Amino acid sequence: MKTGLYPGCSLTGSARDYNESVSALAEAFGLELIQIPDWNCCGATAAHNLNKELSLALPARILALAEKNGLEEIVVPCAACYSRLVVTQHELKKNPELKNRISEVIEMDYRGTSRILNVIEWIDKYIIPLLPEKITKPFNYKVACYYGCLLVRPNKVLNYDRAEDPQTMDIVMTKIGAQPVDYPYKTECCGAGFSISRTDIVSKLSGKIIEDAEYRGADAIIVACPMCHSNLDMRRPDINKYWKTEFKIPVIFVTQAIGLAIGLSPEKVGLKRHFVDVKIS
Amino acid sequence: MARIGVFVCHCGENISATVDCGKVAETIGKLKHVVLSTEYKYMCSDPGQTLIKEAIKEHNLTGVVVSACSPRMHEPTFRKACAEGGLNPYLCEMANLREHCSWVHEKNELTTEKAIDIVRTQVEKVKLNSALQPIKVPVTKTAMVIGGGIAGIQAALDIANTGHKVVMIERSPSIGGHMSQLSETFPTLDCSQCILTPRMVEVAQHPNITLYTYAEVESVEGFIGNFTVKVRKKAKSLDEKLCTGCGLCTTKCPQKKIPNEFEQGMGMRPAIYIPFPQAVPNRPVIDREHCTYYIKGKCKICEIVCPTKAIRFDQPDEIIELQIGAIVAATGFDIKHADFFPEYGYGRYKDIIDGLQFERLASASGPTSGVIKRPSDGQIPKNIVFIACAGSRDPAKGIAYCSKICCMYTAKHAMLYKHKVHEGKAHVFYMDIRSGGKNYDEFVRRAIEEDHVNYIRGRVSTIYERNGKLIVKGVDTLLSSMPVEIEADMVVLATAGVANSGAEELAQKLHISYDSHKFFAEAHPKLKPVETNTAGIFLAGACQNPKDIPDSVSQASGSAVKVAALFSQNELTREPLVAVVNRMGPPLHSTCVGCFLCQAVCPYQAIEREDIKTRDGKVLKSLAKINEGLCQGCGTCVALCRSKSIDLHGYSNNQVYAEVVALLNEY
Amino acid sequence: MSDFEPKVVAFVCNWCTYAGADLTGTSRLKYASNVKIIRFPCTGRIDFMLLLKAFANGADGIIVSGCHPNDCHYTSGNFHAKRRWIMFKELMDFMGIDMNRVTFSWVSAAEGAKWAEVVNETVTRIREMGPYVSYKELVNKTIEEEVKNE
Repeated sequence: MKTGLYPGCSLTGSARDYNESVSALAEAFGLELIQIPDWNCCGATAAHNLNKELSLALPARILALAEKNGLEEIVVPCAACYSRLVVTQHELKKNPELKNRISEVIEMDYRGTSRILNVIEWIDKYIIPLLPEKITKPFNYKVACYYGCLLVRPNKVLNYDRAEDPQTMDIVMTKIGAQPVDYPYKTECCGAGFSISRTDIVSKLSGKIIEDAEYRGADAIIVACPMCHSNLDMRRPDINKYWKTEFKIPVIFVTQAIGLAIGLSPEKVGLKRHFVDVKIS
Repeated sequence: MARIGVFVCHCGENISATVDCGKVAETIGKLKHVVLSTEYKYMCSDPGQTLIKEAIKEHNLTGVVVSACSPRMHEPTFRKACAEGGLNPYLCEMANLREHCSWVHEKNELTTEKAIDIVRTQVEKVKLNSALQPIKVPVTKTAMVIGGGIAGIQAALDIANTGHKVVMIERSPSIGGHMSQLSETFPTLDCSQCILTPRMVEVAQHPNITLYTYAEVESVEGFIGNFTVKVRKKAKSLDEKLCTGCGLCTTKCPQKKIPNEFEQGMGMRPAIYIPFPQAVPNRPVIDREHCTYYIKGKCKICEIVCPTKAIRFDQPDEIIELQIGAIVAATGFDIKHADFFPEYGYGRYKDIIDGLQFERLASASGPTSGVIKRPSDGQIPKNIVFIACAGSRDPAKGIAYCSKICCMYTAKHAMLYKHKVHEGKAHVFYMDIRSGGKNYDEFVRRAIEEDHVNYIRGRVSTIYERNGKLIVKGVDTLLSSMPVEIEADMVVLATAGVANSGAEELAQKLHISYDSHKFFAEAHPKLKPVETNTAGIFLAGACQNPKDIPDSVSQASGSAVKVAALFSQNELTREPLVAVVNRMGPPLHSTCVGCFLCQAVCPYQAIEREDIKTRDGKVLKSLAKINEGLCQGCGTCVALCRSKSIDLHGYSNNQVYAEVVALLNEY
Repeated sequence: MSDFEPKVVAFVCNWCTYAGADLTGTSRLKYASNVKIIRFPCTGRIDFMLLLKAFANGADGIIVSGCHPNDCHYTSGNFHAKRRWIMFKELMDFMGIDMNRVTFSWVSAAEGAKWAEVVNETVTRIREMGPYVSYKELVNKTIEEEVKNE
């Protein structure tokens, strides 16, 4: 089956490394990923704070495009996009009237039949079964898996993993030879969208996340969200300045870690794009 | 031929002011089969009733319609008068001319017309009434109390003291329940064991009480006054008559590493064990799941050391059958454990314990002899956090209700801790303090003001371990939601009280209702709090919802009174307005086809299955049969029955159709 | 049509609506005298065939009323009535019987005023709808057609 790919803005901008690692994995495992043609913004955090209809119409258009192109399954690597798409599907399934209204707005037929996968689900489904033979350089490090907020919340809607103490990424990491540490900051807030407007808040919150990972002896923080990554990685100088620290722990996308484990080069999975040097590879 | 008498009441002027009573009586008098139609100022008065009694004899009446007020007011009065006049009381009906006519309409012809229609309808109905006899049900004057906690103990003692026999069933090896695990009790801080154990002994020694411990209800059949209960006496692997309770076997048992249930897993016990020193009966049982002999086929050390040779490895479970008149369910509650809380580490952290575990730590007879030591390393915690409403009042966790006892026992725990560790710091996170009860709020104030317990109004979002401390992150909502972080040595969760394990299965055996949380349901939330929907089965204690000791004991005494009232009669008399399955011509025939849809809708489990057999025992047909002892006469089965085989005395199909036809047609 | 007095039959349960109607009386609240009540132990006892019987005998409107959900004296009779009502209504609608002539409501023993409202509202509605002669016509026509087909 063909799997659709919805990259969203991050994967074409600040998280190009994430995009590269996803593509590299797809290529290495012979998986076909078809970028949804003519995709648009998912609405991100702005739309649903301003206009409910817009916040549903934008993702609905993306889903309708996927349906139109025969993509029954789409993978959404960005956790925020993933959340918006699943929430939209959920809301419109609940409310047929609203569904018809949104169909009118986007001037497209929307059925809501596509299955939306986050990156971990995609890995679980297509990569894990083929993984054992492919591993050439086991990722033999202690890792702190950081899930952030949108991958597992709202739990009732996503119905994915347990909200307070998620496990799925930890399990993936053990499959490539890593040792996840017991990490209480798994779902603590990184500061998210304050990345631009209030870097002080991001520095404070992300700093705690990094500090605890280092305290627990992790060699790397593993993430599956572009926002988390930019806050923990790109904002590192601000964090170190705020806390008067010298945190050096690298922040790696889950797809990058898998890429390294199957012997892909750091360049191939986009590690060179990081702000904090990844010395572990 | 029917001979109907109609008596139209003026009710002073209450009816006659708007209804032309004379015209009503006159018109009705012309109806077929009406041999007497008369009016009187006050039918319910003594002369009025005498009028009816004499008319019955004089006119040889086969039915009476009293056209007066609401039957909800005076139906019993006039039925009694008819009975005194020699007419079966169920051949009397009332036409409601006052509440449903004269009081709600203006004086005009239409109102009188309506009055005539109302009376006419009842005349047509009463023609089809049948003489009914009150149902009498014998009563077996033995009660069964299921559960040997404080509620069960109180109910059993109260019933036994009225002179009736009581059978108590307890599934664990000793009675005492959760109360026996408690250290001290609020609001007086008296020792739980000290007040409970004398009552436990009293149960064991009471001449009217038969105690079966390590026993469970297998099945319940029958109905009020006449239950047949099968009880499974689980094998104790011991001859109780020979055993002296010396306990030598328990000290020699080589298997010593079984988590002790009584100590909430904070201590160990051997495979042959007495649950706690004050247990009643004070005899050991062998836990076959963990006993080396039952696992590996050899050991038998207990048998060798037993001075009276009381051990019986081959003892089977025994099923006994008991005849019981009333049942009190007192099966108690359980609490959620720390593994219910993902945000507090799913029970991973040893020093996060639940309320019952703290009780054992604080108990002088507990695993630490009453010294508050934390489980991980035995250190005395210097900084302790109590979290109230852990799980309760939390719809996200599926428990929206308040567990009621936690506010009080949390205050007690904090107080006990401060009394034992003077230099220690105690913090309580709470949502609201619910301390309604005699001397309860004063108790909580004492914890705050005299023992300086730090009460923080807010929830705890997460707890994790760091540097050997438990980091408790919460919020203080009284300080404009300031985040609070406490480095604690130990955390006690006042976890939600939930229905006991096996509650659902027992409710199904007893045919009583239960709510979505598996707590047993009372018959009425206000006016029948100890009755269940099944007649003859009562509730006591926390099996209904979480309760503290005074509430449990009060309710237990309440249920005991209900049982005693039931047992004060030799026979139960019931209104005969019950459903009946028809039987045609030859008794083999009924129009019932045996679909048993009626069984599914009956709220009282009153519909049984009856086989009709030939002389040589071959089953011809299975029919529904109404148990008159259980049927309350709602008639839901009647409306549902597809073959119209069930009918309801007093509201039969013939009667109600006749009413409809009479009401709408001209006369 | 102005002097048309509709015939309305009320099927009510003993414990809630009958008692509620008693309360209307004790409160001396007035309502239209077109309604006559037939008492049942519970709405669960009401066989909906009775409604058809009533229409066949010339009723212009019907009220069915019992205890509010969860207040049933017999725990669940009103729920059974409600479920049966939903099925019955659909079926009757399908068969062309005017279900606007039936009021299904919950009136508790404490709602004397509500009972008067329910009655007045129903009588007003039925008065506007006129006598239900089409029921008999409908039934007779169906029978005739059946006879013809045979």
